[in-house]
Amino acid sequence: MSEMKKIKNLKEFSTSADRFEGANLLCPGCAHSIIVREVLNATNDDLVLSASTGCLEVCTAVYPYTSWDASWIHIGFENGSTAVAGAEAMYKALKRKGRLKQPDRNPKFISFAGDGASYDIGFQWISGCMERGHNMMHIVLDNEVYANTGGQRSSSTPIGASATTSPAGRVSYGEKKNKKDMVAIMAAHGIPYAAQVAPNKWKDMVKKIQHGMAVDGPVFINAVSPCTTEWKFDPKDTMMLADLATDSLVFPLYEIIDGHELNITYRPKNVIPVEEYLAAQGRFKHLFKDEYKHLIKEWQERVDANWEYLNRREEARV
Amino acid sequence: MAFDKMELRDVEVWDGNFAAAQAMRQCQIDVVSAYPITPSTPIVEGYAKFLADGYVEGEFVMVESEHAAMSGCIGAAAAGGRVATATSSQGFALMVETLYQASGMRLPIVLNVVNRALAAPLNVNGDHSDMYLGRDSGWIQFDAYCPQDAYDLNFIAFKVAEDHDVRLPAMVHQDGFMTSHTAQGVHTLDDDTAYGFVGDFKPMNDMLDFENPVTHGVQTEEDWHFEHKARQHNDLMTKVLPKIQNAFDEFEKLTGRKYNIVEKYDLDDADVAVVCMGTSVETAREVALEMREKGIKAGVVGIRVVRPFPFFEIQEALKDIKAIAALDRSSPNGAPGMLFNELAGALFNTDTKAMLSGYVYGLGGRDLTKKHLTELFTELQANVDAGKITTPLQQFIGVRGPKLAFL
Repeated sequence: MSEMKKIKNLKEFSTSADRFEGANLLCPGCAHSIIVREVLNATNDDLVLSASTGCLEVCTAVYPYTSWDASWIHIGFENGSTAVAGAEAMYKALKRKGRLKQPDRNPKFISFAGDGASYDIGFQWISGCMERGHNMMHIVLDNEVYANTGGQRSSSTPIGASATTSPAGRVSYGEKKNKKDMVAIMAAHGIPYAAQVAPNKWKDMVKKIQHGMAVDGPVFINAVSPCTTEWKFDPKDTMMLADLATDSLVFPLYEIIDGHELNITYRPKNVIPVEEYLAAQGRFKHLFKDEYKHLIKEWQERVDANWEYLNRREEARV
Repeated sequence: MAFDKMELRDVEVWDGNFAAAQAMRQCQIDVVSAYPITPSTPIVEGYAKFLADGYVEGEFVMVESEHAAMSGCIGAAAAGGRVATATSSQGFALMVETLYQASGMRLPIVLNVVNRALAAPLNVNGDHSDMYLGRDSGWIQFDAYCPQDAYDLNFIAFKVAEDHDVRLPAMVHQDGFMTSHTAQGVHTLDDDTAYGFVGDFKPMNDMLDFENPVTHGVQTEEDWHFEHKARQHNDLMTKVLPKIQNAFDEFEKLTGRKYNIVEKYDLDDADVAVVCMGTSVETAREVALEMREKGIKAGVVGIRVVRPFPFFEIQEALKDIKAIAALDRSSPNGAPGMLFNELAGALFNTDTKAMLSGYVYGLGGRDLTKKHLTELFTELQANVDAGKITTPLQQFIGVRGPKLAFL
């Protein structure tokens, strides 16, 4: 195993070797580029990356330009994980056959995909990659919506959010279904490491990414990615939204080791009411009408129950 | 992990599937990413057994669908190494999205397609529906008529696809069950000779070269998409057939077995000819000889390379034929058949006065009998005698019920 990259502080972290260029077409205030940079800067090792079709892909590799100073591939919407799995298989084959051009390297294989490409259309491909035990990491840039195509609901879209295919209207409060628990589903594959991360908690992020890179086998990471365009907040407030997401416990930060051992990795000193998280986003604006206020109460109860569940899981050590 | 070479007899009794699996083993593929489907399953199973017995050194990834199989092949090929897989029918249909991606990304993957009908209604037997579905996908398509061809054409496919002037994926087609599950004598190459013919894989734009990072699978819109597609078409139209001819020539020198882009049988003095593919070629050849005993000068043309379509070779082969039948083993669903259309396109601006008629046959594994072909050749001769086409332009043969004909 290669030596873990040492990171002392945020200044050093933000200026360390950058293999994802700032020259890209992502929206101002998009959290995707922040997360990607945090992931890539967590290691000095060589990288084989993929992006499934989506915001990250269409904004970073528009011919004849590329934002990637590392090996990168895009095939389609559903199969970015399998692209990396194929490359990882080739690495193993060429290593065995003694045909690697730089045999002393220790490359990391990472697929990035949105929640639509992971929770929905790419679900089977990711499950296959996790089950087969490839030495790879799949990272979901979870903005809870099909943002690239203009804000359609995915199975990650939470209850009450207004999306273009589940819009709030005169007789509807928007999305009716609860968000799919993707981390639990992936952990149930018995993979060595699954975790939820957020761009505002960069030390927690780096620790988890480095842990994921160090283990032998598939890793699943769900990263909350506040979307200025579809969540409808001011682009300057991306990190504030991430803070609200983690500190309201709507996006609790935790890890699951070997499919069962759950550790909560961040406990906010002051837990913020979920109402404040919802109020900061245009997609939940309609929930503050009198007829839908009960949904805010239900939101809080759901978040509390999930936090209780995670704590019980952690205590149980099973 | 070491791997062993396998001792083969000069002639082995293999079916088409095992012949393809043996060729894949001998090519020392780096990654096979695959999913089983009837009737191509034994290729994947055969390869898995080679791995289990220590005859394969590469990676074998059993994925969860055909779409993932080709996705894994694409990732592996972009990483830089020799890649192959196999499929049929519904699996091929599921792969279609990735077939276009593989060719558009110029990745030299070899796909063995054991031809089978497409549902609905569900059917496991051989016809050419899947092969026809792939015809606009930007792949090179070879057609095997028997297990020997299925074996030999795999070596040809790797050699042509991986050529740096080509860099396009290639399919090797064989008929489901009729070829894939019918054992025949197959003349073998020893492992070293077979590998020597194909040669070492030479990577290009490989993702595993970390000193030269590459971006694969970019976005292009109206500004660049057309140029990329045009260049791919240009290379298919201008570069591939000469490379195939070279590979055929080299293979003939090595083995004595001669393949042609368009196979011509008893054509030199023929008045009437059938153009077909797959196992039907052999049946048609037999019947053509019988027709000659009856005084009908019959010949057969076999299409060996379906894509790129051998436009000029077909013109040349058919230039003196008076009545031609195009045999399509796929339902055209509202049009003349693919072969009919391609032949018509190839012959239209030439001096030929040939009469061209189309026949749809063998769907879902329905037999094409010698009786069918005897009637067909007789109809072609009737056209010659009358100086005009005496039948409808499109006829279904071998289907039950009242005679089905159109156009």
